[in-house]
Amino acid sequence: METKDRYILQFNSDQEIALETKQLKIFYGDYEAISAADLQIPRFKITALIGASGSGKSTFLRSLNRMNDGIANVQGQIWYRDLDLNTKQIDVYAMRRQIGMVFQRPNPFPKSIYENITFALERHGITDKKQLKERVETALKQAALWDEVKDKLNKSALALSGGQAQRLCIARAIALQPDILLLDEPASALDPISTAQLEETLINLKEHYTIVIVTHNLPQAARISDYTAHFSQGTVIEFNDTKDMFTQPKVALTNEYISGDFG
Amino acid sequence: MNAKRNDKIATGLLYTIAGIVILILVLLLGFIIIRGLPQLSWSFLTSPSKAFSSGGGIGIQLFNSLYLLILTMLISLPIALGASIYLNEYAKPGMITNAVRTMIEILSSLPSVVVGLFGFLLFVVQLNLSFSILSGALALTVFNLPLLTRSIEGSLKAISNDQRNGGLALGISKWETVTKIILPAAVPSIVSGVILSAGRVFGEAAALIYTAGQSAPALNFANWNPFNIDSPINPMRPAETLAVHIWKINSEGIMPDATAVSAGSAAVLIIVVLLFNLLARWLGRALYKCLTAA
Amino acid sequence: MDKIRESILTTSRASKLERRGKIISLTCLGGICLVVVAIFGFIAYRGLMTFTSDHVSIIKFLTGTEWNPSVSKNGAPLVGALPMIAGSFLITILATVLAIPFAIGTALMMTDITPKTGTRILQPVLELLVGIPSVVYGFIGLTVVVPAIRTVFGGSGFGILSGTFVLFVMVLPTITSMTVDSLSSVPKDYRSASLALGATRWQTIYKVVLRSATPGILTAIVFGMARAFGEALAVQMVVGNATLMPYSLVAPASTLTSVLTTGIGNTVMGTVQNDALWSLALILLLMSLAFNLAIHLIARRGAMKR
Repeated sequence: METKDRYILQFNSDQEIALETKQLKIFYGDYEAISAADLQIPRFKITALIGASGSGKSTFLRSLNRMNDGIANVQGQIWYRDLDLNTKQIDVYAMRRQIGMVFQRPNPFPKSIYENITFALERHGITDKKQLKERVETALKQAALWDEVKDKLNKSALALSGGQAQRLCIARAIALQPDILLLDEPASALDPISTAQLEETLINLKEHYTIVIVTHNLPQAARISDYTAHFSQGTVIEFNDTKDMFTQPKVALTNEYISGDFG
Repeated sequence: MNAKRNDKIATGLLYTIAGIVILILVLLLGFIIIRGLPQLSWSFLTSPSKAFSSGGGIGIQLFNSLYLLILTMLISLPIALGASIYLNEYAKPGMITNAVRTMIEILSSLPSVVVGLFGFLLFVVQLNLSFSILSGALALTVFNLPLLTRSIEGSLKAISNDQRNGGLALGISKWETVTKIILPAAVPSIVSGVILSAGRVFGEAAALIYTAGQSAPALNFANWNPFNIDSPINPMRPAETLAVHIWKINSEGIMPDATAVSAGSAAVLIIVVLLFNLLARWLGRALYKCLTAA
Repeated sequence: MDKIRESILTTSRASKLERRGKIISLTCLGGICLVVVAIFGFIAYRGLMTFTSDHVSIIKFLTGTEWNPSVSKNGAPLVGALPMIAGSFLITILATVLAIPFAIGTALMMTDITPKTGTRILQPVLELLVGIPSVVYGFIGLTVVVPAIRTVFGGSGFGILSGTFVLFVMVLPTITSMTVDSLSSVPKDYRSASLALGATRWQTIYKVVLRSATPGILTAIVFGMARAFGEALAVQMVVGNATLMPYSLVAPASTLTSVLTTGIGNTVMGTVQNDALWSLALILLLMSLAFNLAIHLIARRGAMKR
């Protein structure tokens, strides 16, 4: 089989690009976690970031909405709506409203289920009671949680199971109606049934949202994503259509990784 | 065998030592209770003290202690909250932060008499507040701030970073994430810390003798106008507290029943501190349950 | 124009809140630092008056054994602070030395001998001992310790020995609880390794646990000393307050704090008598700083060893 050192898929002009990084470098002190990553995130698709532990995929993801501010030194450009997000003129809070994030461990606030969702909405100026109620319901429905919690919206969110709590965190993020949803290994703390529910939720969500998901679970990446980027030692070594990548990897390292010889 | 014998002797010695320490506490508490409890009565707790004759109470001193405690907490809590938020959430590790931490450490280890003398110089003399509840409350604030700040910082630190990330990722400012999510989550342990520090403030005397003063003028409990000199809530009146009272009557030695009054006052002080301790535990646990309950 | 783009480029409510919050909290922190600076400034200013405007030599102040500020001799007031300095150091050292075996013993009970029951009983005991206000200690010293010493040794009963016993109980919980912290930070592996080699429990404690916890225990001791040195009212109530060089443990003596608490109210601001007292306060402040420095040095040396 013919192999290359690196293969990055270039989109045609008919595919809308939601987010694009150019020459992104990330340092923790002197340590270079990401060296010159270039990646285009297509709109209304699910893009999976895979790679061995320490390959830099989570660091990369966290830099996209500047969650690494004050932790890592991020250089290079992150283009979103013709704006470079990695500049001083960007208001990070307004930006994060558009580019939300869900984390590895479910982290519902110690408040009621209802308040978990309305909290951020109120902070962003949506205070009308009726509108809040609608948003809560829509978000919970989109996150496939509504039927389970509609009778206990005023109960503490801390009483939810891990899978429910994670879907609440997704509901909380999409209630803001963001453009892009960044997910950092959202299913790694969940049992198989909750994981399956979460995957179904994500597939339904891509109709309205651009989703970037970091995952350790290769079958999961294969099941739900449209495109996959393989990170190795701080760079993207292969980015391609998920089907193509999992059936005919173009880079030898990717082949080793997905066939389980490595990592 | 020698080693085995030594082991036995050492173990026996350690048990003896621990026994003695427990015995000391039992004797201390026993003394206070046996000598102090018989003094306690409603009239002792509510009537004013008498300087030259026996039969006086501690009513005004008790009220002063409580009022001073509340004022001190009202001033020190917001400052300690702000300072601990900055230290735990904003301060970047480095020279300046280290220097600030060292300063707080130094403040917390200053003898309380030094804090009292500083309070005397700045509040009583320089700012012309004279011997007053306000001067006392400010001195106690200086005394209380470093400990309260450290205790609140510890409470904030105990809240998982996941919560901070959760708030930030929704486009909420760090400030609101901290004040509306982290702080409420930390309330149970903050409350415990505050009540424990209240116990310390309640029993403090050295910082007060030259700030709140050593006299307890008669109060008119029907007059709640803070500007009247005999109003209980006038912050500008001198106010001897319970702890200062014990010190004063014992060092002056003109009150005929000083020992009895001191024993009664000491019992009240200990009981209040004990109550604070129990309250801190109970309230902390209850609030935690309340917060995490389904 | 793209609304989202616009929102990202304008300062949001969150940004404004963030800036305001940062300023508010920084002000609080700055306020505390300002207080620390002010304490040092005020007390140094007042305390140095004795040497600047009253022309007392620092050496004479620190080594003179006669304290009688209202009397002048050879043009300078008699302000020899050595009796108080000696009293403070004597009481502090005696109380700490007495407390060390009890503190380490109690701490070992809680960490190595009977961790469960030991902690369940001794932890509350320590918390209660810490919680008892110092005037209560002073009062008990006055009504129990002083008469007891009077009965045994004769004299008035007031003096260094009474102060030592009172301070012993006061610093005991401080030293103990910090020793517990340092003992329990010794890794469990050290203990099991030593026991597995056939050492008895005492040999393990003595040769392994106490050795590796030494920096922490030293810190605990210095903390205890700092507390003893700065304690005012409890000591003042039992020490006798005679500004004489301590010549006997059971004769009235005085400490820096005891002279300060009795003196400040009885002297007029700006007089030599008053200035001399502020100089004592300055010594107290500098000693507190020295204890802090010692703790830092111990911590640094302890960290270097690892």
